[in-house]
Amino acid sequence: MTHDSHARRYEQRKVTPKENRVATSAMIASLAAEGYDTEPAPFGHALVELAKTREDIVGLSADLAKYTDLHIFANAYPDRFYQMGMAEQVLVSAAAGLAREGFTPFATTYAVFASRRAYDFIAMAIAEENLPVKIVCALPGLTTGYGPSHQATEDLAIFRGLPNMTIVDPCDAVDIRQMVPVLADHKGPVYSRLLRGKVPSVLTRYKPDYQFQLGRAQLIREGKDVLMVTSGFMTMRALDAAERLSKDGVDVAVLHNPTIKPLDRATILAEAGRGGRLVVTAENHTIVGGLGEAVATTLLTNGVTPTFRMIGLPDEFLEAGALPTLHDMYGISVDGIVRQIKGWI
Amino acid sequence: MIEESRMAPVSNVSLERRAWNIRRKALLMGEVQGQGYIGQALGIADVLAASYFHAMDYRPADPEWEGRDRFLLSIGHYAIALYAVLMEAGILPEEELETYGMDDSRMPMSGMASYTPGMEITGGSLGHGLGIAVGMAMGLKRKNNNAFVYNLMSDGELGEGSTWEAAMSASHHKLGNLICLVDFNDQQADGKSTEMLSAEPVVPKFEAFGWHAQRVNGNDLAAVVAAFDAARAVTDDRPRVIVFDTTMCKGVPFLEQRDITHFVRVEADEWSKALNVLEEGKPA
Repeated sequence: MTHDSHARRYEQRKVTPKENRVATSAMIASLAAEGYDTEPAPFGHALVELAKTREDIVGLSADLAKYTDLHIFANAYPDRFYQMGMAEQVLVSAAAGLAREGFTPFATTYAVFASRRAYDFIAMAIAEENLPVKIVCALPGLTTGYGPSHQATEDLAIFRGLPNMTIVDPCDAVDIRQMVPVLADHKGPVYSRLLRGKVPSVLTRYKPDYQFQLGRAQLIREGKDVLMVTSGFMTMRALDAAERLSKDGVDVAVLHNPTIKPLDRATILAEAGRGGRLVVTAENHTIVGGLGEAVATTLLTNGVTPTFRMIGLPDEFLEAGALPTLHDMYGISVDGIVRQIKGWI
Repeated sequence: MIEESRMAPVSNVSLERRAWNIRRKALLMGEVQGQGYIGQALGIADVLAASYFHAMDYRPADPEWEGRDRFLLSIGHYAIALYAVLMEAGILPEEELETYGMDDSRMPMSGMASYTPGMEITGGSLGHGLGIAVGMAMGLKRKNNNAFVYNLMSDGELGEGSTWEAAMSASHHKLGNLICLVDFNDQQADGKSTEMLSAEPVVPKFEAFGWHAQRVNGNDLAAVVAAFDAARAVTDDRPRVIVFDTTMCKGVPFLEQRDITHFVRVEADEWSKALNVLEEGKPA
């Protein structure tokens, strides 16, 4: 038994099977967001659409095509899909080789395996040579209750340190569908997080003319008391939290920032500089080295110093369990956001 | 005397002389910096001569010619040897020899694609070349391009798990256009490769992974040439590997006899001595 024993905590909580009814979310589960329409496999369908006009598009996966929605592409273009097996190092190295020969590879796996296992190969075979490989990874941050082996809580921190790498954390099906051709057009390497399965459509409900732009943060909701700077699914959580807080008279703006690197410093500085608002970052990622720290650095080095708070995952290996339980426990649920912001204002 | 293949740019220079020229240029570069991976360069010179002046097709004036055979240097520290053969092949100008390893040179100590014409990949982080070669071989097949991809790696890299991911992948994807060259000099940073993490028996390992595998004396030019010919002539779609047993510092007997290490130390006055010794064995 280890020093920080989950087994001991189990004893303390006296959990019985009867009480413990909420199932651990399986890895095939879609991210739930109440009240929103969903789109099936937006990444896979967008890639198929793009491939109709772009013969340079090829797909590779390391035994996770079905779990990254790349199977849609593989079924549509079997001769342009490479099943690389459970071998992430050669997955990204071969993607680099295909890029050298003029192709635009989309390589998929889980975020933990790309960031932890394949890192040296992504760094040297892809990023150092600025090759146009698009690494698209499911299970970003805390999107499975399976435990630390599959919870990529530090992937953004890992890739932020890598020169040439563009990093995208899309919010929803709209972002994902729209980003695919944009990422393909981008000349260099990209690491993108991915939501797969039935993915909620959120952004166009709040901003009907929303269009994903690489490197641009966009204000999705105005508000005079709090400015939230968010990425990934935390944008949808922030929008839901803003609705709830407005009923308590707290007016929350939400600045959606899907490109983690390069950061849209100009927009962030302009919004944070509109004085008087509490600035809160929210990310599905450890508070170490992600969006929050990137925004903090930008503000401080530019002399913009609003009251600043960060919402994110703790610097810990997270627990296993049901995803809603874990999101609440770690403060990245809608309730968690509301609770924290109320405590700060 | 072994004639050059018609594949490579035609000349009447013998392969023995090409290998000798490669050794000489590498020693001259070592002299410039007072250091360098000269043991490896001298050991692999015969394989490089056979690669660039017998086996491979390329255009010296157009290093990115689409029809070229690709040569990947997975072992970045062998750059001194590759620069020597790139100069010998007319891809790099010989005048740049004296810039080796200097600030703003196109020839840094470790081989990097962005610095040097003819350097296909950035090597150095070992165990990368074969995986990249897999992707390039896939890409060439997609384009119906008949070029070969050659990946030069070291015996030490056989210890990297990524090498075996790539090896399995190459046969699974039927990459008959991939030829892997393994320099087996039995030397790595901490000592003899076979005493660090033995990859032996190498040939049966590759065969078990679905490869056509050969092992020859890498300092016997006739055997090296025959192995290249055999690898290219395989009619099925197995990837091919040639394991070359080489002698570190080959061609300079007083260095060959030294207690060999991964990084052979050569004293300041020994570079000219080595060049003189080499001069005595100059082929026609």
